[in-house]
Amino acid sequence: MTNESGTPAADPRPPVIALRGVTAELGSRPVLRGIDLTVHRGEVVALLGANGSGKSTAIRTIIGQVPVTGGEVELFGTPRRRFRDWARVGYVPQRTTAAGGVPATVTEVVSSGRLSRARFGVLRKADREAVRHALELVGLADRAKDSVDALSGGQHQRVLIARALASVPELLIMDEPMAGVDLASQEVLAATLREQVAAGTSVLLVLHELGPLEPLIDRAVVLRDGCVLHDGPPPRALGQHALPGHDHVHPHAAHNAEPIRTGLLS
Amino acid sequence: MNLEILDYAFMQRALLAAVLVGITAPAVGIYLVQRRQALLGDGIGHVAMTGVGLGFLLSWSPVWMATAVSVVGAVLMELIRWYGRTRGDIALAMLFYGGMAGGVMFINLAPGGSNANLTSYLFGSLSTVSESDVTAICLLAAFVVLVTIGLRRQLFAVSQDEEFARVTGLPVRALNLLTAITAAVTVTVAMRVVGLLLVSALMVVPVAAAQQLSRSFAATFAISVAIGVSVTIGGTVTSYYQDVPPGATIVLLTIGAFMLLTVAATPLARRRARAAALVAAREAGDPAECAIPATRTPTGKVGV
Repeated sequence: MTNESGTPAADPRPPVIALRGVTAELGSRPVLRGIDLTVHRGEVVALLGANGSGKSTAIRTIIGQVPVTGGEVELFGTPRRRFRDWARVGYVPQRTTAAGGVPATVTEVVSSGRLSRARFGVLRKADREAVRHALELVGLADRAKDSVDALSGGQHQRVLIARALASVPELLIMDEPMAGVDLASQEVLAATLREQVAAGTSVLLVLHELGPLEPLIDRAVVLRDGCVLHDGPPPRALGQHALPGHDHVHPHAAHNAEPIRTGLLS
Repeated sequence: MNLEILDYAFMQRALLAAVLVGITAPAVGIYLVQRRQALLGDGIGHVAMTGVGLGFLLSWSPVWMATAVSVVGAVLMELIRWYGRTRGDIALAMLFYGGMAGGVMFINLAPGGSNANLTSYLFGSLSTVSESDVTAICLLAAFVVLVTIGLRRQLFAVSQDEEFARVTGLPVRALNLLTAITAAVTVTVAMRVVGLLLVSALMVVPVAAAQQLSRSFAATFAISVAIGVSVTIGGTVTSYYQDVPPGATIVLLTIGAFMLLTVAATPLARRRARAAALVAAREAGDPAECAIPATRTPTGKVGV
């Protein structure tokens, strides 16, 4: 493991993701107003909330795509700035397509996910094997040589997930993996995720509604206006929580959600 | 076949330069097209004019001076892309036209300089490619080939999905800068052959033409370089025998190749679409009865 020393008493190992009082802005508009979010080893955490509540921004501060203006982000007990062990993290960005401006095969796209384990970008036999295995996990091994342009929306999402799995990560971060995915692909994705979780992978995923993933979720964190509104077991009627008009305030979450903090820190 | 064309030293230099341009321009262009910045090369070409002008003014090699200035310009463009989200295109416009105006200004300030000197850089002029130009072009082309082939997996990942590339631990910003610098170097490699105003065509059109045939990135790369080399050699030879400007000939040949391949690829595309539709129909074999309509598979377009 890495250089962690001051670990919490309950679990000897640090959480895989720890956000403490994180604030972030998008073009001077505060999007995160001091959120706390922890994902422990082997845990599956769903990040929920209405559009514009800061779900995707929270995910992007973890991977470093959006700079934080305050607070701390840690991955595997290491501050994100010093974190280098990216092969342990698999990321599925919010996308409707896996295609770029130039044709690419399914294998070519998924191979990018193996770069974190490949030295100087040289893919060896074991790497090719891992790419093939990742494609098998999402049921696309027979499409390996096809252009991603020839795939359906759900298959695109499966390619993006195979790309994240290619490095055999211990932590999966997924931004709306079920958006625009047909039912058949949703079931494949849920089965893939179930296998990963059974093998001990930790998961943080942004969702609009739980859907077929509901039985997998250990904990739900609900955001609203850049604050944590709820952190606990997934509420029953989850669709309701995701709505902007939802008024079910959890008093115990108040210490996690101090909008005033933004003003003091930034 | 009569190969007397190779007897002239200037034609040997011209053909060597042409081949190098045919390789490097599409090799960089493919990454620009992939990241949907197809016209970046055009912008750099404008900025490079200032370098040419400065070269004349200071009596330094216009090729090396243009390289230096266009590298600075490319780095500036990349920085504008990072920081200047809101006013980005205004800043780019000023950079482009400032670069062009600077070139015209400097060349007219140079002793004995006039816009006529600039013309050979704007539209290419093979017969004036000097010995030292060829040395510069060879060195610069070697750099471009090294980057675009040696770092192809990294550049592919960054150009395909920048956000994901960050999570593989790749130095995304450094690679973006390297792409911009390599594009700038390519512009100056191509400057003597096709000219600054036509450079971008040779970066983009062969890639677009190759896409008509290919399904993979690797094949697109290979085919676009093959097209690039064919049209630059073809254009150079044509300009020798027919006394037509090489740059324009090369670009028109490239566009011709694009149209030819588009027509040739139509039956191929139709066959592939049919195969894909068959696969899709097979996969959607058992439609779930209670599926939410909005999330159903879009398999309606099974046109045979």
